[in-house]
Amino acid sequence: MSNEVNQIGLSKADYRGAVSTLCQGCGHNSIANQIVSVAYELNLHPEDIIKFSGIGCSSKCPTYFLGRSFGFNGLHGRMPPVATGALFGDTRLKGLGMSGDGDTASIGMGHFKHINRRNPNLVYIVANNGVYGLTKGQFSATAERGLTLKRQGVNPYMPIDICTEALISGASFVARSFAGDAKQLKSLLKGAFSHKGLAVLDIISPCVTFNNDESSVHSYDWAKTHQTLLHDISYIQHFEEIMIEDDFLPGMVKEVSLHDGSVIVLKKLERDYDPTNLVEAHRLMAEASDQNFMLTGLIYLNPEQPTLTDIYDMPEDTPFNRMTEDRLRPAAETMDKINKLMF
Amino acid sequence: MTSEPSSVPQKSSLHDPVINDFSITVGTRNGSGSATSNLTLLRALFRMGIPISGKNLFPSNIQGQPTWFTIRISKDGYLARTEKPEIVVAMNTDCFVQDVKSIIPGGVLFYDQDINLPIDRKDIVCYPMPVKQLVKGMDVPSNLRSYAANMVYVGVMAQILSIDLQKIYQAIDFHFKGKKTAVDLNYGVANASAIWASENLQKGDPYRVEPMDKTKDYILAEGNTAAALGSLYGGVQFVSWYPITPASTIPEELNYYLPMLRKDPVSGKYTCVVVQAEDELGAIGMAAGAGWAGLRAMTSTSGPGISLMAEFTGLAYYTETPIVIWNVARVGPSTGMPTRTAQGDVTFTYFLGHGDTDAIILFPKDPNECFEFGWKAFDYAERYQTPVFVMSDLDLGMQYWMTEPFKYPDTPMDRGKILWEEDLERLKDEWGRYKDVDNDGIPYRTLPGNRHPNAAWLARGTGHNEYAKYTESAEKWEEVMDRIKKKFETAREQIPLPKIDIMDNGSPIGLICYGTTWMAVEETRHILRDQHNIKTDYLRILATPFSKQICEFIQQHERVYIVELNRDGQMRQLLTMEYPKLATRLASLCHADGLSMSTEWLLRAFLKKEAE
Repeated sequence: MSNEVNQIGLSKADYRGAVSTLCQGCGHNSIANQIVSVAYELNLHPEDIIKFSGIGCSSKCPTYFLGRSFGFNGLHGRMPPVATGALFGDTRLKGLGMSGDGDTASIGMGHFKHINRRNPNLVYIVANNGVYGLTKGQFSATAERGLTLKRQGVNPYMPIDICTEALISGASFVARSFAGDAKQLKSLLKGAFSHKGLAVLDIISPCVTFNNDESSVHSYDWAKTHQTLLHDISYIQHFEEIMIEDDFLPGMVKEVSLHDGSVIVLKKLERDYDPTNLVEAHRLMAEASDQNFMLTGLIYLNPEQPTLTDIYDMPEDTPFNRMTEDRLRPAAETMDKINKLMF
Repeated sequence: MTSEPSSVPQKSSLHDPVINDFSITVGTRNGSGSATSNLTLLRALFRMGIPISGKNLFPSNIQGQPTWFTIRISKDGYLARTEKPEIVVAMNTDCFVQDVKSIIPGGVLFYDQDINLPIDRKDIVCYPMPVKQLVKGMDVPSNLRSYAANMVYVGVMAQILSIDLQKIYQAIDFHFKGKKTAVDLNYGVANASAIWASENLQKGDPYRVEPMDKTKDYILAEGNTAAALGSLYGGVQFVSWYPITPASTIPEELNYYLPMLRKDPVSGKYTCVVVQAEDELGAIGMAAGAGWAGLRAMTSTSGPGISLMAEFTGLAYYTETPIVIWNVARVGPSTGMPTRTAQGDVTFTYFLGHGDTDAIILFPKDPNECFEFGWKAFDYAERYQTPVFVMSDLDLGMQYWMTEPFKYPDTPMDRGKILWEEDLERLKDEWGRYKDVDNDGIPYRTLPGNRHPNAAWLARGTGHNEYAKYTESAEKWEEVMDRIKKKFETAREQIPLPKIDIMDNGSPIGLICYGTTWMAVEETRHILRDQHNIKTDYLRILATPFSKQICEFIQQHERVYIVELNRDGQMRQLLTMEYPKLATRLASLCHADGLSMSTEWLLRAFLKKEAE
């Protein structure tokens, strides 16, 4: 193991967790590894991150990364409310939620929609494979109509698109990526960590055991052949200089600044796309759905949307969970005044 | 002002007056503004120093349905519901016949004379009121006429029953927070109606009130207001909730008093966050997250919400997460009767969650105890690191009660066993989240934001060992579960102990109750002693797990009646399980019809059981 350390003197090992117990080749393991790399490269203190998850293969993941971060592995579909409440404990902390398509798009759909309205400071990852793994291969709500699974037959229902649901519900950061595309995933994860507010990342993360047939839209093969990059995305930390190669003409590059001073640089590929335009984002999602291509990249970003803690305007000098009785219990002399109002 | 000559029957019962000991039921339409008038009457009587209780029987509806408000006036301070009113005020055509029928023989009817329905009672005194005329004469803006109409009966009754008009004025002034136009308009109607009554009605009934001095050491409050205030004094930092009758007014009142009580002296910002959740799952989930992160967190709900909260309760129990959960009970099962009261969630709450669980449940008896348990619940939740339920009910939560003034917390906040950076530094590597180092079953916890490298742990609802690591080990599972059980043994004698009252030198008969049925129990005991020569001893349960004093009380009595507002005798079921050898001594005096327990019912039920 290398002795390399990042700018805050931590090695990669300080960001790792327990050894994964997921299947060999599971997309989720790639995501977990990327989270370790991204936190290391962004020089984040593991103690400044709180992990959250629900139930399912995806939700087991927080054990496998950031072992020095607090975490709460709660109930199926109910990661959002736990994260929402916990993040008030110390608003300096960044939440990292790890969910799956069953967890988010079925049992937890209500919570998912509502956390978008509230915009807490949370990276919300959906490791999306179209299938229930821990219960051995049932259809999830993101499975495409017509998908055939071994013991389930043919899926008769329309799929739910997580990015579209996030957009409709008022999300401030929406992106889609593919667990097999390390470069893009890393840039988007970094952008999500730098975003102030809720960042929804729908990551196609194939299940090698139950849903990896080349005809399935959540398989490695399908993703590789159908992935349509919205742009070439790179993430520049606030202390780095933005370097654009000479062959990119003006108008071909779009920069989006994030709250911590970092910048997302989007280089144009086939289409002109402005991820800060909500109407355009909706149109694009409809087009991708209609034409059946797997669109990845930064779909929507509004860095100015107030976060949940902005809305509540809480005291900032002391973390809420370190506040003591002298600031939490009203003074004794108020009691008489209150009793006089009781009539 | 003009009016028809009144047709008051001339009865000479005046020489046998009934003073400060009767009840009044006012029948109106909901949404018509009658709550203001009824509260005015209640407050005026309270200000006259007369013990009162007020019970609003309202429909699950916004506007137009019959609603009744019953005021019991009791010189002896009995506040339980009475079954038959002495006096009825009938303002609603739809329930007029039924309301007239409900009056006791010799009782009194005040009624809106525009209701054109026959009164086939010869045994009551009737006072017609020209409501429309009186309001018309007052130059009331047309949009306020129906509200003002309800002030007519306030004024007429004040005149006939000798309610002090000064006190009526004070009550109206308080209600409208001194807003002159509203005060003048409402008092103007009441006063004009009183004058009209003095000129046109002749007192023909024996009922009247007289000033006393029995309320000066009391306040008037609703249990939900008290719960909200108690929570604020308990330092609540996080409240998540979902609207449900009859619990919604807890967070609403909390929001109302927040600016007054919880503006941070340092930053000028509020030190409590209130979030309206998407559903009860979300509400308790947020509270669980906040409680885990070290905040004093609560949620409030009623039966249907408690049902939804079962899953998170189990998670909080097993991850050892403090949460305070108020259950303001209504009538179940199912949607049931949302605006009626019951104690029907006792066994469900006690066992809430799948697998083996334990529950700390507190049972406040009145708003004063709602306040006290409001702040104490956080101390218990954090001390024992577990969900704490406070079981209120609609009768307690949403009715106005005469209650002792709230008492400022007399113990400092107990934040439980929390380790920060310096504590971990001192402990070196010895800390484990679920280790029982003090042999009381209660482990030490660290909170997010603690930057010590050993501080972090992953809370999980899955099997874990004493270091919070995932395990499927048979031994570890049992070890952790047994250790959790021990916490509740520790709690047993540390949470509010039962209140016991032994009559004279004791009796072979014991009565056990909890929550709001004490009003009927205490009055019944006095009636049994004074009119039936039956002595009874009495124990009121304030909390689970049960104190050993409860066991001793049962042992000391030949037969013990458990009084409760549910069909199956749920507390008796729990006591039977807790003390199987004493089970044959236990009997239920229980029923659930949506109404609070009346003394008449309890007395009948007791005497019937005793005769068996």
